[in-house]
Amino acid sequence: MARTPVLPNFCRMTETTAAASGTATTGAAREHARAQAGAVVDCMPMLPPPDGALWAETVPGGGYAHLLLPAGAELELVDRDGDACAHLLLYLTGRTWERLNPADTAKVQWNAYLGAGSVLLSDQGRVLATVLADGSGRHDLLTGTSARARNEARYGDGSAHGPSPAGRELFTLAAAKHGLGPRDLAPSVSLFQGVRAAADGSLRFTGSAGPGSRVLLRAELPLTVLVANTAHPLDPRPEYRCTPLLLRSRPGRPTGADDPLATATPERLRAYLNTLAFARSLDSGLREER
Amino acid sequence: MTTRQSAPLIDRVVPARAPWSAVVARGNVLTLTDLGGNQAVDCLLYDAHDPAVRYSAPDTLQAAGTLFLTTGHTLLSTEHTPLMTVVADDCGRHDTVGGACSRESNTLRYGHHTWPQHACVENFLAEGARWGLGKRDLVSNLNWYMNVPVEADGTLGIVDGRSAPGLRVSLRAETDVLVLVSNCPQINNPCNGFDPTPVRMTVTEGAAR
Repeated sequence: MARTPVLPNFCRMTETTAAASGTATTGAAREHARAQAGAVVDCMPMLPPPDGALWAETVPGGGYAHLLLPAGAELELVDRDGDACAHLLLYLTGRTWERLNPADTAKVQWNAYLGAGSVLLSDQGRVLATVLADGSGRHDLLTGTSARARNEARYGDGSAHGPSPAGRELFTLAAAKHGLGPRDLAPSVSLFQGVRAAADGSLRFTGSAGPGSRVLLRAELPLTVLVANTAHPLDPRPEYRCTPLLLRSRPGRPTGADDPLATATPERLRAYLNTLAFARSLDSGLREER
Repeated sequence: MTTRQSAPLIDRVVPARAPWSAVVARGNVLTLTDLGGNQAVDCLLYDAHDPAVRYSAPDTLQAAGTLFLTTGHTLLSTEHTPLMTVVADDCGRHDTVGGACSRESNTLRYGHHTWPQHACVENFLAEGARWGLGKRDLVSNLNWYMNVPVEADGTLGIVDGRSAPGLRVSLRAETDVLVLVSNCPQINNPCNGFDPTPVRMTVTEGAAR
């Protein structure tokens, strides 16, 4: 007997496709399955990716995504409805022990806040990604994502497929799909929900910049990107709230050492020099393997 | 029985620039003493029975609500569970934002001439290997005695320390905790007063809870 799946609102199909013939036989079940094709929902990947994109996906509030970016590729993130929060983990593809290091990112740039021109650094003194454009200004390098225990205490549930998923639970699933486990889940950064520190050290949640805010990142090395779109851990609202996140990647070229982005500060220049030297060695290694 | 009067289970002076590690059993207290003054002590914590559960700077900051750690703050794990609690603090301010120095990040911060110098990540890797821990197990750490102010525009940096010879900070283990320490060898910024010095590590039986 065919059962209508119980789906959360964000992935309910715009039209239902109950097969008149039922699903009692393999043939009927196949017809039933195939009749579902072409349905369009609010949050889903778009295949083939439109307009030369490498990947295009709308991630539901409380959802996760994961994608590969070749060196030079750009990743656009848009807070469509004003309450997305894109928690990010970045790894060097194939060498995932090299990964985003928020502490080095802040310390090396002498700044606790991300903005246009900022670099996201690995633990090996290299640039994983450059922030090419920032239409939000509300980001967080300091307080990471939520754990299941915290969301259970705050909202009553923190499981990955529950009503108020913890970021770490979502990252656990995204990581597993790239062969990564809990030891690989180091501190993350988040975009679109801000945190500021006062002189006395106290932390203040500044929330979203509003619907349509956009951030553009450039991968400077081949990256594996994990994304958890879930409420910021310091979001003070008692009700869990998180809205869809648009992701779109497209091919591009890495930043050169003479680019104004690279020459902006001596620390960034040395970071790009390390990155470019490493990329050359990585490229020759790949060529030899072929 | 008070914490600091009980006979120590461990009493060890960690030389300048050296690593140190020990398991501190639940309820026991680890006391660090800054012997020479202004000595940053980089520190990572792991659940001794499941090292995949380890110190989380973000979870700790979420719970503390402030960047500056001191008495009363609990050091939380990646699962948001308590690992240790700061139960006494003579210094008043410790850091968990600045992370550890490394040969690699030193090249960005100071120039490629610093590449051969010793750094905390070298200590963490060498000492962690004794417990089966590797590169994947290093995460954002604590920096006892290190002073990292943040200005209104976000400008952040390691500035002159607030510690002095003899100042102590005491941590009670809330579960059996593997403590991994690098007595910071950095000589390019004021985190060690440009002169790394020894620190003392004392583990005592905690008062009954």
